[in-house]
Amino acid sequence: MLEPTSPPAARSFLFGRLTLDSLPFLKPDLEGHIVLVTFLAVICGGLAVLGLITYKRLWGYLWREWFTSVDHKKLGIMYMILGTVMLLRGFADAVMMRAQQAIAFGPNMGYLPPEHYDQIFTAHGSIMIFFVAMAYIVGLINYVMPLQIGSRDVAFPFLNNLSFWFTFWGAITFMVSLFVGDFSTAGWLGYPPVSELQQGPGVDYYIWGLQLSGVGTLLSGVNFVVTIIKMRAPGMTMMKMPVFTWTSLCTSGLIIATFPVLTATLFLLSLDRYVGTHFFTSDFGGNVMMYINLIWVWGHPEVYILILPIFGIYSEIVPTFSGKPLFGYSSMVYATCAIMILSYLVWLHHFFTMGSGADVNSFFSLTTMIISIPTGVKIFNWLFTMYRGRVHFTVPMLWTMGFLFTFTIGGMTGVMLSVAPADFLLHNSLFLIAHFHNVIIGGVVFGVFAGVNYWFPKAFGFKLDEFWGKASFWFWQIGFWLAFGPLYIMGFMGVTRRLSHFDNPALQPYFIVAGIGAALIALGIGSFIVQIGISILRRKQYAVGGDPWDGRTLEWATSSPPPDYNFAFVPNVHERDAWMDMKKHGYQRPLEGFNDIHMPKNTASGVVIGVLSFACCFGLIWYIWWLAAASFVGVIVASIVHTFNYHRDYHIPKAEVNAFEHSGNWQDAAQGANA
Amino acid sequence: MSSTAVDTAQSRFLCLKEQHAHNGTLLGFWIYLMSDCFIFASLFACYAVLGTSTAGGPTAADVLDLHGLAINTALLLISSVTFGFAMLEMVRKRKGAVMLWLAVSGLLAAGFVTLELREFASMIADGAGPGRSAFLSSFFTLVGTHGLHVSVGILWLIVLMVQLGKFGFNEANIRRMQCLSMFWHFLDLVWVGVFSFVYLAGVLR
Repeated sequence: MLEPTSPPAARSFLFGRLTLDSLPFLKPDLEGHIVLVTFLAVICGGLAVLGLITYKRLWGYLWREWFTSVDHKKLGIMYMILGTVMLLRGFADAVMMRAQQAIAFGPNMGYLPPEHYDQIFTAHGSIMIFFVAMAYIVGLINYVMPLQIGSRDVAFPFLNNLSFWFTFWGAITFMVSLFVGDFSTAGWLGYPPVSELQQGPGVDYYIWGLQLSGVGTLLSGVNFVVTIIKMRAPGMTMMKMPVFTWTSLCTSGLIIATFPVLTATLFLLSLDRYVGTHFFTSDFGGNVMMYINLIWVWGHPEVYILILPIFGIYSEIVPTFSGKPLFGYSSMVYATCAIMILSYLVWLHHFFTMGSGADVNSFFSLTTMIISIPTGVKIFNWLFTMYRGRVHFTVPMLWTMGFLFTFTIGGMTGVMLSVAPADFLLHNSLFLIAHFHNVIIGGVVFGVFAGVNYWFPKAFGFKLDEFWGKASFWFWQIGFWLAFGPLYIMGFMGVTRRLSHFDNPALQPYFIVAGIGAALIALGIGSFIVQIGISILRRKQYAVGGDPWDGRTLEWATSSPPPDYNFAFVPNVHERDAWMDMKKHGYQRPLEGFNDIHMPKNTASGVVIGVLSFACCFGLIWYIWWLAAASFVGVIVASIVHTFNYHRDYHIPKAEVNAFEHSGNWQDAAQGANA
Repeated sequence: MSSTAVDTAQSRFLCLKEQHAHNGTLLGFWIYLMSDCFIFASLFACYAVLGTSTAGGPTAADVLDLHGLAINTALLLISSVTFGFAMLEMVRKRKGAVMLWLAVSGLLAAGFVTLELREFASMIADGAGPGRSAFLSSFFTLVGTHGLHVSVGILWLIVLMVQLGKFGFNEANIRRMQCLSMFWHFLDLVWVGVFSFVYLAGVLR
């Protein structure tokens, strides 16, 4: 659908440019039917969930204990749930693409028209990065990092709640585009000129969904840095921090330095689309390369924002299950910092082919190769930690070893792509697609599953089922290689990305194998869900105390799940691996002498500001100006009202602390000392 | 294990007295300002690249008025000084004087925003609006984003004056004054960049 080249006026006051024609599920073609079936499924599923909550009278509980909570642990869990739901959505997109590419050869055009296919790959990419990977990362940092540094919460608990709601409503913005209007077809980074005005509301969904979640992520970044700098337990100097905390710090630093650039870039794109400026247009002096540079100044550090905390997760898991301290702690820290800085100096390798010239290309080629050195240091550190250790092949450890194998290969194909002349052949080919899925699935996704299996007992007080965990791992590991091995091969042969139809029948077998790989990954995701379900059913059988893995860091020093206040007494740290040090010195949990504990109160402000921001964005997307203006004023008023609340904290009385410390769900927290 | 050994382990590994959490708000706000720097950095970069892409329209030398700029800049810089006076009076706990200096700072900043809006209006009336060329797009966006920040600062200042009037110098309000003070000086600093890089360099170019 072509829009006029100047910003079109709203068609009606009440609904802006939103009309019945904007609802794709009313269209009588195959595409309309696909969306209709999805829509009905979502409506039925949604009603079932809402009905169950109402039937069980859970609304009050959810509101008090979760939605308005400022507890970093609950927010962490909500991020993880959001990430999992969005993983299902993003993976459904992947399955649709794999199915289309496996059948659309010669006369068979497949079942997806090109426009719909373009929306699907755009949605797949942006959802997987912003609402799956980022949600998981922020969720894990939120849950684990404050426990690791012996803190009671993050530095700004309300801001943490607000960040979550911004991310949540960003995800909802993306989901609404499924059923109201279309989504962007401009790819996950929304390159102009495709994303300029000739595209309808789809790009606006993309812009405002990302702006909401981007603000949420930025606030989280600020929050985490201040938490780590200001709230560590006494004695925990920087070089005694757990490595996961270190990587969280570096990732948060990168978030602070790059997400504003994303915000600014999308802001400029929206000015082009809403008020007719000429930043990235093809005429009136606009410069498309400006967009491509700016978006990758954010986009490349973003992949390190994802992978650094994951490196931290592996650095916690490997020592725990090898029964010895991490090999080369300092080199791990310095490697992390080096990657943090270098990640800012490589962005141009995403467009070697776009005319920067040999000198500039050489610089970025070299920086890209150099960044593989600190990454290699890390790989060797993990290997040397395992060497001569007593390695336990638990599920988290399996994911870690799968990562070491898969990610190393992904890293090497990355070095191949960093050679600028080679990139002229491989740019935009399926080789590139295989490479970044190799590092993001083999690195980030495997790491998230490793982390979930590792810290789940801490969060819920029971372990996850081993059998289904292993099934999930093997389905993913084998499915990954079947799905992306053929893409590497075809990429070498010159097949380009983002095609919804092929003429050459010789390629079909490769795509069928890739489709089978996707089916195996589907079984892997299914096994993960079964694993969670079965473990919940058998939670009594799988129940654990505070320290089920004989852990080394402070999160294992408290109960599973931890109390609201995390630690009855703030720990005093003397060594790295502080909890191991405590266990070695015969530490026993005190059962008396507790103090009142100062804690932040819950607040509804985050929910209110989140809803109003979403309403504002929806109004902007559909040119419903009254809605946008009213909810924008609402956001400002709600924020001001929030600042008039000066009573934001309370004390947990020592009697309550005493009662929890004597109740049963953390009795064996010190079992490691006796083992 | 004897009870003395346990006691030693406990005092070695636990802070038996409740710790007062360090307040991280000022550090957090300072980090937020640094992230805001990156937004301005992106806009400055755009202006650097697009500043000469006039698409046959007016150039910087044609449209920028240095006389208006002198008054504008003076207003903003003086408002930083008066805000500094408000902070000094806060140390002396003199509420009336604090309110007075805050009001003066707010009015000076409002004068700055008014002059800027007048400049924008006259440029648009002359056919040099943000849609005319990439140069003008980047000019309006950079200068306008700064102006928007100043306007948000004025709104914040009004809210804070109400809160100071109602609740006095409590801990939260003192902290908020310190944050707003940082914000105010930060915007001055960004303006020095805009002033030199957009106006002075633009007129010379």
